[in-house]
Amino acid sequence: MQTRVLTIINEEGLHLRPAQVLANAAGQFAADIYVEVADGQEANAKSVLGIIALGLEKGAEVKLSADGEDEEQAVAKLAELFEQGFGEQ
Amino acid sequence: MSEQRIKGIGVSEGIRFGKAFIYGAPAVEAAYPQRIEPEQVEAELERLEQAKRQSAAELKTIIAKSEAKLGKDKTAIIEGQLSFLDDPAFYGDIRSQIKRKQASAEQAVQTVLAKLSALFEKMNNAYVKERIHDVKDVADRLMSHLQQVFYPDLASITEPIILVAEDLTPSVTVQLDRSIVLGFVTRVGGETTHTAILSRSLGIPAVVGTGAAFEQLGHGDELILDGTEGVIVLNADAATRSSYEARQQEEQSAAGKLAKYRLLPAQTEDGKLIELAVNVGMPEEMREGLVDEADGVGLFRTEFLFMNADRFPDEEKQFAVYKQLAEAWQGKPIVIRTLDIGGDKELSYWDLPHEDNPFLGNRAIRLCLNERELFRTQLRAIVRASAFGTVKIMFPMISSMQEFRAAKQLTLEVMDELKGQGITFDEKLEIGIMAEVPSVIQLADRFAKEVDFFSIGTNDLVQYTLAVDRMNEKVAHLYDYFHPAVIRSIHSLIQAAHKEGKWVGMCGKMAGDPLAAPLLLGMELDEWSMDAASVTKQKFTLSRLNVQDSAKLLGDVLDLDTAEEIRQQVKAFHAARFSE
Repeated sequence: MQTRVLTIINEEGLHLRPAQVLANAAGQFAADIYVEVADGQEANAKSVLGIIALGLEKGAEVKLSADGEDEEQAVAKLAELFEQGFGEQ
Repeated sequence: MSEQRIKGIGVSEGIRFGKAFIYGAPAVEAAYPQRIEPEQVEAELERLEQAKRQSAAELKTIIAKSEAKLGKDKTAIIEGQLSFLDDPAFYGDIRSQIKRKQASAEQAVQTVLAKLSALFEKMNNAYVKERIHDVKDVADRLMSHLQQVFYPDLASITEPIILVAEDLTPSVTVQLDRSIVLGFVTRVGGETTHTAILSRSLGIPAVVGTGAAFEQLGHGDELILDGTEGVIVLNADAATRSSYEARQQEEQSAAGKLAKYRLLPAQTEDGKLIELAVNVGMPEEMREGLVDEADGVGLFRTEFLFMNADRFPDEEKQFAVYKQLAEAWQGKPIVIRTLDIGGDKELSYWDLPHEDNPFLGNRAIRLCLNERELFRTQLRAIVRASAFGTVKIMFPMISSMQEFRAAKQLTLEVMDELKGQGITFDEKLEIGIMAEVPSVIQLADRFAKEVDFFSIGTNDLVQYTLAVDRMNEKVAHLYDYFHPAVIRSIHSLIQAAHKEGKWVGMCGKMAGDPLAAPLLLGMELDEWSMDAASVTKQKFTLSRLNVQDSAKLLGDVLDLDTAEEIRQQVKAFHAARFSE
């Protein structure tokens, strides 16, 4: 399993559009991918609903984890999206 | 079937013939099996899959159509809905309800919707909470396909229709392709609701407040809508139809006669020029050519900028809108009213606590003074926009001098701050107030020393002066701006303001009423601001009036005791000048 700690940089947090970008990208990988927040709450990164239900605001720290064949590529690609603000910055 | 007439309130004039489009929640049958047999699971999953394919196809069509029209933000919501159809937390769960629990497809959709609703309800973030409506929309759409009932989709309308709805909210009307709406019919509502304002500004005939009779209208029914008299005719017979056709023609030829006044300045018979401005809010109201027809914007309602959004617009977003407005009007004055919400105007993403008396509660300037950061952001955006045109700031619902001073103080602070940051703005920017609470009328002489201008909001002034709830159909008939108390209030305010050399505008419905025109002319109202649809008609009215006769009429009217008497006198005066 691969994990990485990341910070939300989007001004308005992970609302609908960035959540869609994340879920679409996560859906390209076979690995099980989860986003976990400090209080232990987690969401399937392939689920837009799951992600927005985390209510992630700017500055929030999350732990991204992927488990499966392509876990390395998955974490690398998704971490890049977090760092680029999901194309919103 | 025999002809039926449904009576409502005509809030936007004109006659239209068309098919009814009933907008509301889809009529889903309550009766469906909750459980299925284990051997039916495969077939049920296939039934669900088919409903999903149909729903997805519809959503894709809507996205393709609306991308250009509505912009990125609105499309994001529909794209989000589309993504739910593949979402493990939604579609995946529905499938697993069928597989593991042998739930019927309908039951599975409802179970998952209930689970998600409970989850979202607990969220603190209002934006996230609000997304449950999108989930519900998708669930409704799936249900309509499972049950093979019609799903009323505003974005899918392609033929001209008469839109029939319980009520129309800004979030609904923003989805609407206005070019194909012939008219509006709503069950609830009065003269001053969102539907009324929208329909008048777009020049689309509308009848609101039909009450229970509304139930008789069916999807696809052929209707005649008479927004002038406030009537809807169902199953019209040949005689009725031809009489309405004749009236429609009359209306069109009358409109043709007015056309030559469209681009002329507003001027009375004896040559007095009147400053005629428009009320705007939604970008759609700023139709092409409007800038050449009016002398400015007497009321820019900023609340629509907040209502047609799914979160608070930030300073840059607001600035962009105000700047564009200022530039579009090329130096003609525009009065920007600060946020007027609470009362009947709510924001979907801001949970304001329920109030027993919202019109006497935490609304407009009161709410803004309680939410300083929100207010400061808006003031910064407006002041910055003043560098690009003639911008004036107006505070709504001022009821005491302290409120005005506090709001003005904050504006001056914002100006200092901007100056410190080297941002330019109009340092002579005028700061005024709405005159819509009776206490302002009583204190008009005091206010006149401190404000730069007043603008009379007749809608609220009448409601507060006469203690009439304008939404309550039982007492709506008591709501009348020809009431002598209202006429005297307006007259005394204008006198007090003029004594201090301050100007007075009016941005309520009364300013666009031809019957009221001679009284307002007699009172020397300085700026008349109205719905775009009234401008040409009011120019024509003014062209037939003169100052002397109007002042005399005003003098006579000030001696009368009742609204009824005043109306009669004004009507007689009007008839003598507009008989042909």
